Amino acid sequence: MARKILTEHINVPGIETFDVYRKQGGYTAVEKAIKTMTPEEVVEEAKKSGVRGRGGAGFPMGMKWGFLAKPEGVPRYLVCNADESEPGTFKDHHLMKSIPHLLIEGMIISSFALGANKSFIYVRGELMYVIRILEKAIAEAKAQGFLGKNILGSGYDLELVVQPGGGAYICGEETALLESLEGKRGNPRNKPPFPAVKGLYQSPTVVNNVESISNMPWIINNGGDAYAQIGIGRSTGTKLISASGHIQKPGVYEIELGVSVEEFLNSDEYCGGIRKGHHLKALVAGGSSVPILPANLIMKTANGEDRLMTYESLSDGGFATGTMLGSGGFIVFDETACIVRNTWNFSRFYHHESCGQCSPCREGTGWMEKVLHRIEHGHGSMHDIDLLVDISKKIEGNTICPLGDAAAWPVASAIRHFRDEFVWHITNPQEATAPGAVYMGDMALV
Amino acid sequence: MTESPNLVAFTPERLETVNEIIARYPEGRQKSALLPVLHVAQEQWGWLSSEVMDYVAGILKIEPVEVYEVATFYTMYHLDPVGKHVIEYCRTGPCCLMGGEDVYGHLKKKLGIEAGGTTADGLFTLKEVECLAACGWGPVFQIREQFYMNLTNEKVDQIIEDLSK
Repeated sequence: MARKILTEHINVPGIETFDVYRKQGGYTAVEKAIKTMTPEEVVEEAKKSGVRGRGGAGFPMGMKWGFLAKPEGVPRYLVCNADESEPGTFKDHHLMKSIPHLLIEGMIISSFALGANKSFIYVRGELMYVIRILEKAIAEAKAQGFLGKNILGSGYDLELVVQPGGGAYICGEETALLESLEGKRGNPRNKPPFPAVKGLYQSPTVVNNVESISNMPWIINNGGDAYAQIGIGRSTGTKLISASGHIQKPGVYEIELGVSVEEFLNSDEYCGGIRKGHHLKALVAGGSSVPILPANLIMKTANGEDRLMTYESLSDGGFATGTMLGSGGFIVFDETACIVRNTWNFSRFYHHESCGQCSPCREGTGWMEKVLHRIEHGHGSMHDIDLLVDISKKIEGNTICPLGDAAAWPVASAIRHFRDEFVWHITNPQEATAPGAVYMGDMALV
Repeated sequence: MTESPNLVAFTPERLETVNEIIARYPEGRQKSALLPVLHVAQEQWGWLSSEVMDYVAGILKIEPVEVYEVATFYTMYHLDPVGKHVIEYCRTGPCCLMGGEDVYGHLKKKLGIEAGGTTADGLFTLKEVECLAACGWGPVFQIREQFYMNLTNEKVDQIIEDLSK
């Protein structure tokens, strides 16, 4: 069995309560950090661990902390991004509802490290029941002296606020999240200035994902060096993978970074293989925005090496033959899945979720959805394929925030790897629009 | 609408909740309370009329337009009256892979309404929503805070029948 950092105790009955969590060793990292370490030493451990942002960007968390400006007399804020909305991703949902104190313990340690006295957990509004679980856990921790004034007699004060969103994917983008937290529309801000300098209420702010912060208790208890020994190269530690689609056992799994895609997909410890009697056709490894890969390219790199679940291996080959680890939203497609229909579906998602601020994204996502809709419904023309590629290129890199890229990549990659399927839809509209019809062609299944 | 704004008021319990929410933020930053307070308002009135939004603006000491622009941006706020149970059905890719589209077709037939519609008895409103972060348990829909997961036609029938009692 692989090592578990986040989910070791997740199935212990009653783990959502303070008492049970404490009995499993909970809050010892808060005691260690606050009583025996300086904030700088805590930051140093985060840096040593090499833990990278688990929301999708993969930016080293310790380095991000290092950028935080510390002007005299200005409050600093830590905001936890729990707006999990990337299609295929449900790990933070699972973690927060099952073991809320882990995130709270991580928030206390991280807030102490950054010198924040008021920290926020911004949870997507649809998870109101999770917000109630978190608020109950926060009240318990406060009653035990781990939150509030003068924590453990150290003189350090921390108040933790849970903020609900209102239903908007864009608020997962950190500056849109801050706008939303200020009670505004979720329009991403122009950068610079970055949140580390001017974030919430124009004060220095760090925004980190739920899973990233939840690693901190283990890192403090065991040391950043011990964390860095898990995994491969710059992909240190473990990662929660949300597995969905045509597999035997959908769910959230904690892997040591470096396990092979094949093992993750087929072993009984994880997904348990493709559902019975079916074959792997395609896979989205890191949430809907990362490039979709056909079966052969997700199992092996273009050089024939085993593809591993690491930031580096999944992106091996660039976008020509590779993809990204992203948020770890692992969506599996067997031969019954229609790539055109799925691409249209994702495209509709991004159009719906575009905030409308930048024209390339606001207009382009709508055009892509329309063109994909007509191809899927038997009204496409051959010119439409190049048109989609052209639109996607004109969105990519031309917007304030990465939503534009996130909308462009699934379309561009689907055409890159499944062009025949698009052509088939356009040249055989009657056949392609028959109920349940799926292009089989001569594509490689695994 | 001619209804006088002062007819709109939170219940004493909800007003207490609202004041607790406002107190969470630094002095002068009470606008941060807008999204959570709109959730509380929707809990009380079911949807956000312009009178309710104006009332919330007054409580938070902000302009009404600041409330409108937020209420129209986020998908969870209902800007029209809704039925007793609002079914928010996930239409995004991973749920579709699990048969979400077929189950959705069944649900629409069962209720006799399309997306955005409300049943004649006022019991159910149907809304399509994007990914609910429950992809491993799809197909899913949500009614208020409750998630209904691993949906099948039979499960949908049962849920609708239970809620119709």
